[in-house]
Amino acid sequence: MIRNLYTRLVLIVIVAALAIWVDVSDEIQLYNPFNDTVLFSRDITPRLGLDLQGGLQVLLEADLPEGTEVQAENMQTARDIVENRTNALGVTENVIQLAGERRIVGEFPGAEDADAILDIIQQTGLLEFVDTGDFRPEEGTVLQTDFATGSTEETTPPTDANGTEPPTVYHTIMTGKELRSVNVGVDPQGKPAIDFALSSEGATVFAQHTAANIGKILAITLDKRVVSAPGIEGAIPDGQGQISGSFTAESANTLAVQLRYGSLPIPLKVVETRIIGPTLGEDSLQKSLMAGLIGMIIVILFMGIYYRLPGVVAAIAILFYAAIAFAIFKYFHFTLTLPGIAGFLLSTGAALDANILIFERLKEELRNGRNLVQAVDQGWTRAWSSIRDSNLATIITSLILYWFGSTFGATIVKGFSLTLALGVIISLFTAIYVTRTLLTIVLRNFKPRNLQSWFGI
Amino acid sequence: MIDILSKRYLYFAFSLLVILPGLIILGARGLPLSIDFTGGSLLEVKFEGGTALANAELHQLYENAGIDDAQVQTTDSGTLQIRSSFLSNETRDTILNEMRTQSGGEVSVIRFDSVGPSIGAAVASRAALAVGVAALAVVIYITFAFRKVPNAFRYGACAIIAMVHDVAVVFSVAVFGAMFFDWQIDSLFLTALLTVIGFSVQDKVVVFDRIRENSNVLRRLEYETLVNHSIVQTLQRSINTQLMTVEFLLLALALFGGITLREFAVILLVGLFSGTYSSIFIAAPILVLWEKREWKNWFRRGATA
Repeated sequence: MIRNLYTRLVLIVIVAALAIWVDVSDEIQLYNPFNDTVLFSRDITPRLGLDLQGGLQVLLEADLPEGTEVQAENMQTARDIVENRTNALGVTENVIQLAGERRIVGEFPGAEDADAILDIIQQTGLLEFVDTGDFRPEEGTVLQTDFATGSTEETTPPTDANGTEPPTVYHTIMTGKELRSVNVGVDPQGKPAIDFALSSEGATVFAQHTAANIGKILAITLDKRVVSAPGIEGAIPDGQGQISGSFTAESANTLAVQLRYGSLPIPLKVVETRIIGPTLGEDSLQKSLMAGLIGMIIVILFMGIYYRLPGVVAAIAILFYAAIAFAIFKYFHFTLTLPGIAGFLLSTGAALDANILIFERLKEELRNGRNLVQAVDQGWTRAWSSIRDSNLATIITSLILYWFGSTFGATIVKGFSLTLALGVIISLFTAIYVTRTLLTIVLRNFKPRNLQSWFGI
Repeated sequence: MIDILSKRYLYFAFSLLVILPGLIILGARGLPLSIDFTGGSLLEVKFEGGTALANAELHQLYENAGIDDAQVQTTDSGTLQIRSSFLSNETRDTILNEMRTQSGGEVSVIRFDSVGPSIGAAVASRAALAVGVAALAVVIYITFAFRKVPNAFRYGACAIIAMVHDVAVVFSVAVFGAMFFDWQIDSLFLTALLTVIGFSVQDKVVVFDRIRENSNVLRRLEYETLVNHSIVQTLQRSINTQLMTVEFLLLALALFGGITLREFAVILLVGLFSGTYSSIFIAAPILVLWEKREWKNWFRRGATA
């Protein structure tokens, strides 16, 4: 650590100034002093959790039979697709995250129309290439396929004109997962068509199938509904194909987007929905901020009255701690939740505990007849082992909580454990570094005569 | 110096007095698990403008939608909470629309939670696992941190016994809360519980650390005197940290923090208090009891503890 006390003080002041800057602004920008261009800019408006501003949370689960192995990369792709889809709605600050092996949690803060979002997510398509033999289904026909039974669209009645749903279960050659790229192109007649390229695995499957089934129909379905049912005109060995049909430029484009973003590799179902009305959220925010403020004031008063001079110094350190912690939460876009605020308050408790441990030790050393400098020194050295060991225990439990929270998309638990753990770490720093530096500097410039009244022995 | 440890059996009796009634009721009534663990739905609505529907009408409305286990509750803030088995989003919309038609006014959704049954079960088992892992991690950690002290394992074990004590106290409070205030065990309760565990251990470590330090300096002292000494030395800190600061913060949260956090704050309040209490009156006395192997005297006729 830095030896010179005043260098330390300068460092502390700089950090405090930076933290306060971040705390009070919504956006930070650094300008190049020579030509006024923006060197660095970051939006740091505080992110409020659903419980504080209202919104919608959904937990999606892979809709595959229990025990089926779900590949991590497929879930990742599904997540990306859900994100693309819902972002298209124009809702800002959506958070879509993987939660465990077969779940995705989506959060839509401030979402007013929960149903629109749920619809979009649930309609997100599953693309299949289906072998229908010689049967050429009309566009819009619902096909039964042998892939992943229990898909979201299963219960929807057929919508084709004649109402003749083919009872047969058709074989799915492959799903949209194998699509590498999709683009709008033109067919040999100059009409809009869709060009696609397949992954190497997909290309192999596709090559075998097309070679063996020339003249047969290969239906392309989105959520079991036929989009196009071209005939196989020849073997397609290289995984490059074209879907042609009665497309307009517009409908070709829509389909391309659907194929690109709508080809969910895994069917998903909603297993959990939480909606928090905006009034409840706002009420909670106001009240808990007020509660936090009142609690802090009482604690600071207590520290000042009971521990006198060091107590006042510790109170300053605590404010400093609060400023840093809040700045970090803002800068790294941590979502502030109600339990998060509670975790923050508790970590303030941990920060206080560290100070109290030290001050009690300091008083003890003073009572044992040591002089002030020795007592301060001993207070910190002796108290350190218990501060370290006890806070490590807290950090261990918050890590376990964090793990628990992230497997289930329980963002409440996650927010709490994250703020608690970070708070404890920052509080260690302020107790050990800030309080000590400030106290030592004060004691250098001011030699208290009456230890009893200044230290409250 | 105050002699704390000699009355140790009194403290044990006191703790049992606090814990047992709660546990007996718990055994009899079971835990009031929320939909977080059982699966199901909670719909909180507010009628604005139109006439509020009576409970019977709401029941009927749910039954029409094929849900026959709806339970209606009025909250302090004048909203209605309806718990039922899992509602799909379609069913919810049907019910809400029906409510609007029948009341003739606007019905706003304050809160809607719907948890599928499989998720609930998975959360419950994972929660139990999380608590188990936390406890194990703590024993290992303390045994490691105190490895230079004789019988390091005892410190870990005593911390766990005291921790179980604190968990039991928390459950006891929760059971009474459930009886009188309709509290439910939800994921927020679980968070509070795990926090209590974390802080309980933190507190034990502070007291044990003093024992560790003193056992180097005051090697000649009898173990009981040494432990007593250590407790008294850390007493002021325990009182100031726990009662004055942490409890101040939590009390503020419980009193002013809004309805959503009240249950959470109260559980933390009691749990953290218990955490401090058990460091002094449970964990340390058990250390002494273990050192002296007092259980050999327990069943001897006329023996006094």
